[in-house]
Parts: sequence; C-alpha cells; structure tokens
Amino acid sequence: MKITFDWLQDHLKTNFKEKNLLEQLTNIGLEVESVESLFAENELFKIAKIIKTEKHPNADRLKVCDVNVGERELKKVVCGASNAKEGLITIYAPPGATIPKTKIKLVTAKIRGVTSHGMLCSESELNLSDESDGITELSSKYEKKIGKSFFSKSKSNLIDLSITPNRPDCLGIRGIARDLAASGFGKLLELKEKKIKSKIKQTLKVKINKEKNQGCSTFGSCLITNVKNTESPKWLKNKLSSVGQKPISAIVDITNYVMLDINRPLHAYDADKIEKGIIVRNSNSGEEFVALDNKNYKLEKGMCVISDYKGVLGLGGIIGGTRSGTELNTKNILLESAYFDPSSVRNTAKKLNLDTDAKFRFERGIDPLSIEDGLHKAALLIKEICGGEISKIDIQKVGTHKTKVIKFDTNLFESVSGYKISVSEMIKILENLGFKCKKEKKHLKLTVPTWRPDISQEIDIVEELVRMSGYDKIKITNPIKERNKSTLNQSQKLFHFLQRAVASKGYLEAITWSFTDANYNMHFQGENKNIEIINPISSDLGVLRNSIFSNLIMHMSKNLDRGFKDLSIFEIGPVFTGKNPGEQNTVVCGLSSGKKSRLSWIEKERDVDVFDIKRDVVQTLVEAGYNYDEFFVDNETPNYYHPGKSGRLFLNKNESQAAAFFGEIHPNILKKIDIKAESLLGFEIFLDNLKISNKNLKNQKIKFNVSDFQKSERDFAFTVNKDVKAQDLVNAISSTNKNLISNIKVFDVYEGQNIPENQKSVAISVTIQSNEKTLNENDLENINNLIIEAVENKTGAKIRS
Amino acid sequence: MSDLKKIKDEFLLKLNENLNFNEINEIKSKLFGKNGLISSQFKKIGSINEEERKKFASDLNIIKDELLELIDTKINRIKNSEINEKLEKEKIDVTLPERSFVRGKIHPVSQTIDEISSIFSEIGFSVEEGPDVENEYNNFTALNTPDNHPARDMHDTFYLDKKKEKLLRTHTSPVQIRTMLKDKPPFKIIAPGRTYRSDSDQTHSPMFHQVEGLHIDKNINMGHLKGCLNYFIKEFFEVNKIKMRFRPSHFPFTEPSAEVDIGYEMKDGKIVIGEGNQWLEILGCGMVHPNVLKNVKIDPSKFQGYAFGIGIDRLAMLKYGIHDLRAFFDCDFRWLNHFGFDPLDVPTNYRGLSR
Repeated sequence: MKITFDWLQDHLKTNFKEKNLLEQLTNIGLEVESVESLFAENELFKIAKIIKTEKHPNADRLKVCDVNVGERELKKVVCGASNAKEGLITIYAPPGATIPKTKIKLVTAKIRGVTSHGMLCSESELNLSDESDGITELSSKYEKKIGKSFFSKSKSNLIDLSITPNRPDCLGIRGIARDLAASGFGKLLELKEKKIKSKIKQTLKVKINKEKNQGCSTFGSCLITNVKNTESPKWLKNKLSSVGQKPISAIVDITNYVMLDINRPLHAYDADKIEKGIIVRNSNSGEEFVALDNKNYKLEKGMCVISDYKGVLGLGGIIGGTRSGTELNTKNILLESAYFDPSSVRNTAKKLNLDTDAKFRFERGIDPLSIEDGLHKAALLIKEICGGEISKIDIQKVGTHKTKVIKFDTNLFESVSGYKISVSEMIKILENLGFKCKKEKKHLKLTVPTWRPDISQEIDIVEELVRMSGYDKIKITNPIKERNKSTLNQSQKLFHFLQRAVASKGYLEAITWSFTDANYNMHFQGENKNIEIINPISSDLGVLRNSIFSNLIMHMSKNLDRGFKDLSIFEIGPVFTGKNPGEQNTVVCGLSSGKKSRLSWIEKERDVDVFDIKRDVVQTLVEAGYNYDEFFVDNETPNYYHPGKSGRLFLNKNESQAAAFFGEIHPNILKKIDIKAESLLGFEIFLDNLKISNKNLKNQKIKFNVSDFQKSERDFAFTVNKDVKAQDLVNAISSTNKNLISNIKVFDVYEGQNIPENQKSVAISVTIQSNEKTLNENDLENINNLIIEAVENKTGAKIRS
Repeated sequence: MSDLKKIKDEFLLKLNENLNFNEINEIKSKLFGKNGLISSQFKKIGSINEEERKKFASDLNIIKDELLELIDTKINRIKNSEINEKLEKEKIDVTLPERSFVRGKIHPVSQTIDEISSIFSEIGFSVEEGPDVENEYNNFTALNTPDNHPARDMHDTFYLDKKKEKLLRTHTSPVQIRTMLKDKPPFKIIAPGRTYRSDSDQTHSPMFHQVEGLHIDKNINMGHLKGCLNYFIKEFFEVNKIKMRFRPSHFPFTEPSAEVDIGYEMKDGKIVIGEGNQWLEILGCGMVHPNVLKNVKIDPSKFQGYAFGIGIDRLAMLKYGIHDLRAFFDCDFRWLNHFGFDPLDVPTNYRGLSR
C-alpha cells in the first residue's frame, strides 16, 4: 500500500513530522517497507523549448535540437521524434534523471557521433499517458514556465507500507489515518462529504439471483448520464501520481481515487453497452468473456458474475469485461458499488489465476457499509469533472450484514500483555478505532466497526489495545534457568552423536535439499516408487529423495569437476518412503572418493577401499555404544552397490533390519552419471534401525571387571574354502568358550602358492585369559584343541600348523 | 704412606691424559683389579699396626673414592659422547610433512541448531520434531489458517497430491500442533528442522531451516515472551547488550503477533549486532491464538502462552558473516571447509557456544 503524508493529511490533523510518522506506522503494525523520494527525482524534469533543429549528420531519422532549458546556454539534444520542431514547448530530462517508465537513468552519451545532453520525453515515458508517438507537446501557456520543473512540487515522500492480510481497512488512506489517530498521532478529521440529491430514478434494472453460494450480497449502483469523459484535472492526476498510479481518464481515475482513499472498490460500466439490465448470478460451466486485461476467460460453474441479458460482463469483485468498459467517448455510466464475499472472490481468482487490485481488497473483506459512501463520493466527482446527471442510488440486497458485538473482559488485557492500562484508556483507544463501547459490570460491550472483518473475539481486542498502547510497554520477564525435562531424548542424542562421530572421521557435513532429480534418484531408490512434487521449482527437482546418495553424488561430481580429488562428504537427514506424514527415515549417508596418501613422501598411495569405509561405519557404531563383538556382516546389499565389494551390517545376528550398508558404488551408475572419481565408496547408517539404549552412561558404567591373571596369545592358521567368510571362523572360535577367549584377530589372509586352488589360508591370533586363575599348559592345550575342533567342524577348515 | 700418595699422584696424572675407553679400563683394573695397586693396599690393612691402621685405612679410602670417581666420570663422558655421535648420525629432517590427516567439519546450520538447543536447554526447553511431509490440516487449518485465507498466499507451498492434502511443511509450526495433541500442558519446546517453500532466488532457497518455540502454561504472558527472546538473542550473538524492538504484525496462529527486529550497524563491511540504529528483522512471534488451542483440545481460559519462529539459516548468516544463502546447500568443498566447524567444537553451556 503506497501512501504520502500529504494524502494522509486529507484525513488526519497532526503536528508531527514525516520522520515521526514513519516510526509510528511501524510501531502500530503498518510496517514501512520503503520510503522513496519522488520529488528529488521529478524535479529534474524541466519545461523546455526547442529553439533550432538540424538533421543529424549521420542518421536520417534523428534531429539535433538546440533546447532552451532556462539556462544561459542552449542544450544540444539528439531526438528521434517526428514532431520535434522549432518553437515546440516540451519536457526535457537532463543526464542523471531516471525515466519513470523505463527506470533508465540518463547519462551524457554520443548518439551516432553527436553528443546528446539529456533527452526530450514523450508522455508515455513520463507515465502521463499511453501516448508514445512523438515527444510531449505543451501549450503556449507554458512559455512563461520554461526552465521550471514540470511536475508540481510534492513535499511528501512515497511511503510503501506492508499491510498484513488481516487489515483490509488499511488498504485505504482513511483507515491508516484512523489507526494513527487512535495511537495518539493526531486527530481523525470528520468527513463532510456531500450526498447525491437526485430525483431521477435509476432506470437500469439490477437483480441479484437468490441462489446457493451467491457471492454477492449487496449491489449498489447509480446512473450518470450525459457525461463527457476527459483527462483528469491536475489535482487528481497529481494525487494518483504521488502514490505511483498512472492517470488514465477522469472516470477511471476517480474510481481509483475513491478506492485508494477509503478502500471502496467501484466499477464503472458504459451503460449503453449493457443489454437490458444487470443480473448478478452464478456462472454456468463453459461461459466465456474477455476481461479488461484482454484475456479470454472460460468460467467454471458457480463463479459470481455480473451479467446482462446477453452474457457475462465481469467477474464480481475481480475484473470487468471489455464489452462494457468505459472509454473516452462514453456518455452514460453505470457506477457499481457492491459487497462480494471474500472466499468466493478468492476461489474464483485462484481457479482462473487472476490477480487484481479489486480481488486483493475484496478477498480481505471490504466494509459492507461503504457502498453508499463510495457512490456519493465518486458520482459527485464525476459530475464535477465530466458533467452529466446523477440518478438516485439503487441498492439490491439478498443478505443483511450482521453487526458483531463482543463482550470483553477487561482483565484479559493484563493477563495476556503482562501490563496494565485503565479501562477508560481502553475505551478511548477503542472508540478512536471506531468501536462503540458500553461499560457493563465486569465487561465492555463492544460493537465492532464494519470495516474490521478481522475482529471477532476478545483476543482481537487485546491485540488492538496492545498495538495502540505500544509494544514497548510490555515489560521483560526474565526466564528462569530451570530444567525439568532433558533437552534431547535418546534418539536425538544418537542423531547428534553420529553426526559428529562421522565428521570426526574426516567427512565434511553437507546439507542438501530433500528433493532431487528423478534421473539421479532412480539409481538409488531400491524398491521405492517416485514421490512426485506436484509443483516443483524445476523439473530436475521433481521428486522427494528415496536416498541421500543422489544429491551427494551430484555434488561430489561438481566438486571433482572443480579439481578436488580426495574428498569425503556426508549428510544426516531424511529420506522418504511415501507421501504420507511420517513415511520417512533418518539416514547418515557418506561418500568417500579418491586416494589415501596421495603424493606422500612417506607412505604408499592407494585408492580408498571398502575396508576404509567399513572402518568408518564400524568405528562410528562402536563409538556410539554398540557392541563390536555382536556385529554381523554379510554381503546382501542394494543394487546401487558393487555386488562383490559391499556389505551389510547388523548390530547382532538376530536383528532383522540392517544397521548399515557400505561399499563401492556400482560401476554402472558411475558410468551413467559420468562422474570422474578414481574410486567412490559410500555408506548408509539407518538411525531408525539402531536400537536406542534406554541405559545412559551412568547405568552402563557400574562394574569394573578385569582379570589380572596372565594372558596367553595363540596363533592358528587354517586352510579353508574361499567362500567361507572370516567372520565364520571368528564366530566358531568365540563360541568355544566366551569366558576364556578375550580377543580374536584375523591377521593374515593368503591365497596362492602352497595353498590348494579354491582355498585360502587364514591366520588368526586368539587371546586367552581367565578371570579366576593363571591357565597352565594343560588348560591352554584343551582350549587349543577345542578351537581347532570347532573351526574345523563348523567351517570345513583344516588347521595348517 | 708415601706409597699411597705416590699411587695417587701418578694415576691422577695418568687419568688426566686424553684416554680412550680401553685405556681407562686398563687403568681401572690396574688399580682395582684383583691384584690391583689399590686392592693390594687394602689387603695390607690387617698387617699395619694398630696406631697407624686407622689413619691408613681412612687415607686409602679417600684415595680410592677420588680415583674411582674420576674413572667413572671419564667412562661416562666417553659413553655419552659415543651415544651422541650415534644419535647425531640418525638425525632426520623434521620439517618434512607429517603423515597425512583429514579433517571433517560440521555444517554451520547444524552447529547453529546445536547452539540454539544449548541456549534454550538452559531455560528448560526440550527439543521436539515433526515430519517434513505434513498434511494440510497440521500445516494450515489447525494453525487458524483455513483454506481461502489470504495468509496462505504468504506461503508458496509444495504439494504432493492434486487435492493439496499432502505437502512439504512451510514452517515448523505444525510441530506445535503435533506436540500439543500428543501430550498435556504445560509445554515448553523448541522444534528445529527443515522447511520448504516454492520460492527460489538470490535470497530464497526452496528449502531452509526454522526453529519453532512454544511455551504454554498457566499465566504465561507477553512479558515472558519478550524475556525469553531477549535472553536468546543475547546468548546467541554472545553480546552483553542487545537492542531489540517488538513490532505488531500478523500471523493467523498467534494473537497478538509481533515481529522482532534487532539493532545493528555496519563496521568495515561486517554486521555488528546489538549496536547502531539500523533494524534487522529476525523473527516472528506472538501469543498462541485461542483458536489454535481449541483445535488441540486445550482450554484457552486455563492455559495460554507464546510461540515463535526463527530462521536458522539467517541466524547463522548473521553470526558467522555468511552472505549467500544459496551456498548453504551447494555443497562446495571450499565453502564447507571454510564455514564448517570442527566436530569437537560442541556448543556447551560451560565452555560457551563458540570458541
């Protein structure tokens, strides 16, 4: 909403300055978005006279003009207008001026080799009219004003307010003035508006159909006959220009003026183009009409239309049609002032994807009692400027407006705001806002002004009172430092732990969008279906991610293209399995690419491999408190991993859900997405599959139990079929005697010479220790034999030595 | 007598020559070997008459100690110099690079979330979460924003179905609804998380982060709201004084509603929070609307309280001088490295939020 202090003063008497105004507007919730100085800019445009014109030496259509701009020296200006001739009085813009229409700032420039010091402007360039054919021609009475500023001085700046959707009343200057007055910024001036005094009947019949979901409850109108539509007078043009509105013609300008002044949208029809009469009704499916934006709209059933006996004239409260629009030669006008239901307006506009000033106002709620005021004000202005005869006002109604009454418990104010104001102060504020107040025992009985559709209950009254008495009156109550509940629950703690545990292994944390490119997602979606966004910002961000890999790989690829080679990144966040709330899982997903020890003088460089990434996963889980000895790994992994070089990890053998996957990303995928990685390995840890311990550290660390008896280390080497997993040998060993075997470590795997084909040699070191005694040779020998027997029986292995 | 002195003088002289390890050892055995000069003097002690014996023994012991000490010192000196010589040969260039290490980083948004949680933890808030995909009811209707309310235009919503019933939450406020439906008052929660709006340009990202705050109890008023936010902002920006301005605004789910500005000034191209006379909008808040409480079956005549919503990315930008919002989600290695935090830098109360 654009306003000026000048215009405000039509409604507000105040001694304050504009600087105070800006502060006060913001203080009462009418946020000042920007303040633009129009005058400083417009002052530059001067009335000027062309003294001499010459043909441009290098261009047929251009002229070089000597222009009198009221200074001693004439200015040389290059001009392409055909009407530029000696003696013409026109408007000159010097270098530094910004052309209102194009917003281009002029500079001194050479045009085809001739320097032009500024520009002569057309009416359209100055937003004076649509006339773009030639430069502005001013009458001879401007002769005396040569060198003066063309635009009249306006002391007011253009103030742009951001009006929240609950405040339609402040979409009119008067509403803003009322709010300011109620806040103590001045006094709201009484309107002494004249009323139509006519004996002529409104002869054009208006009918509102009584039907279900009728979007129009009241339709007021009057006829103005024998008008002569013309250019608006200067005061009106200036008023509209001062808030950035372009003057068009008197009738249009007047309706705009009334709308901006008191937020009363009006519509003027060319009465001669209306067939028989006006019918306000619901549209039929498939009806069409051409709106004033020159677009053809096809209507659905049940939209509120203004029609005549021939068809649709306009969409009520949204936009008029070209068929009945006023033009400069319009003689007879039907002026409409109606009330349209906000949700009906909004529904229709949304379906047709239409956004207009009228729609913006009606969907927020127009004062239903402003219908007549608007007609009086506009019709009288039209008569004054365009002449003609005004008819009586005709009002058609299908519903009545109910006055809202609120019983307000004055104690509520303090209980919500935390501070006190007196009841008499409350009454003063509310009355200034237009409420009727009646003091009852414990309550105020309040009649809500009709221009405030946002107010319907007690809390709304509290808001008005706090707003007007000032938010700065709210006293700070400092918070108490007390905690009765732990800040994070166990699973949130795990989230934060895993996040930092993975980062501490050299991974950079990334945050990528929850949606992704379907072409990337398809590689990683497993069993999931695409979860499409109906209105994505672009087609390559069209689906919710089924896996974090798609985004991470995309970004990894970009980083590799930047020339970085050895990179580890990860993200912890949601992946989606369906389009219902809650169908999402939290995953830690990491990617590692490139080499270890690249260009090292001390260590041999090698590609990152599965056991690097497995270490990251295992170490993270162990740090998070899961028991390494119970981990179970197999090689069943989703199809986006290398089928031979990837694994699945369970927290223990009995779990049905995998805690993590790790391994090389499938080479086919790398090829398809054309990523330049020397090696690319990934992992996923599924938070929702990790058992949340309900024991905190306090409960876990109770007993310290270690053995001080001597421990022995025994090495074993087995030959075993290649497809037997190291884990099976380890499990076989640990199953023999959990009390005595404290550590098992595979320290060598060998295939080749001396080992039969299809077999491998696995060397394992076992630490044996008792909690009760020092084991003697005999005990150790027994365990040795048990271990060998168990491994041989369970895995088919043979002891080598 | 003169024997002893003679031995002493002779060997002191000898030992002061430049001798090697073997030569010293030779002297040592010449003196202290089984039949060494000193050893044999000791054997004499028994045969010396009683009057002289005491003095002889004493003198002998002194000479013995003196010579032994000199010999040991000499031996040690030679041993040390041999070791030193050996170590000198082992000298390496320690300016060569160490074995390589990699350093991970925590994203500034995650760090900021941890900072926020840490601050609100102190005054008794706990963390709640909600799903990214929400139904229309939780995101709008329950929050007093019925269909056809113009306030819905302020949110450009991503929808997952044609009927517009499933959507990506446009704010973290639906967590208020979920929390209040799940439990009984009082409530004192924050809810950080991802939020989505179909808006994408230099200053808007289609995904961003918010933290919701909700405090519902008996007798909670706007003074508590102001106090809570004043405390938070001061702690977050790690300043002692903060200039804060509450300005009336409108959100369908709070009433009265406010937007909060903080004072700032520009110093050497950097924003300094808490001083100056320019204002920066950082959050929206208000008293939870009675309609919202009724929607979650809480009696507004018994319970009331405040709610607020803060843009986390924007807080991070202000605190850490990050200019481009889009870069947060671009995953540029250089950016992550520059603005990321060491994983050991966990914001805590006792150590402070940041180093």
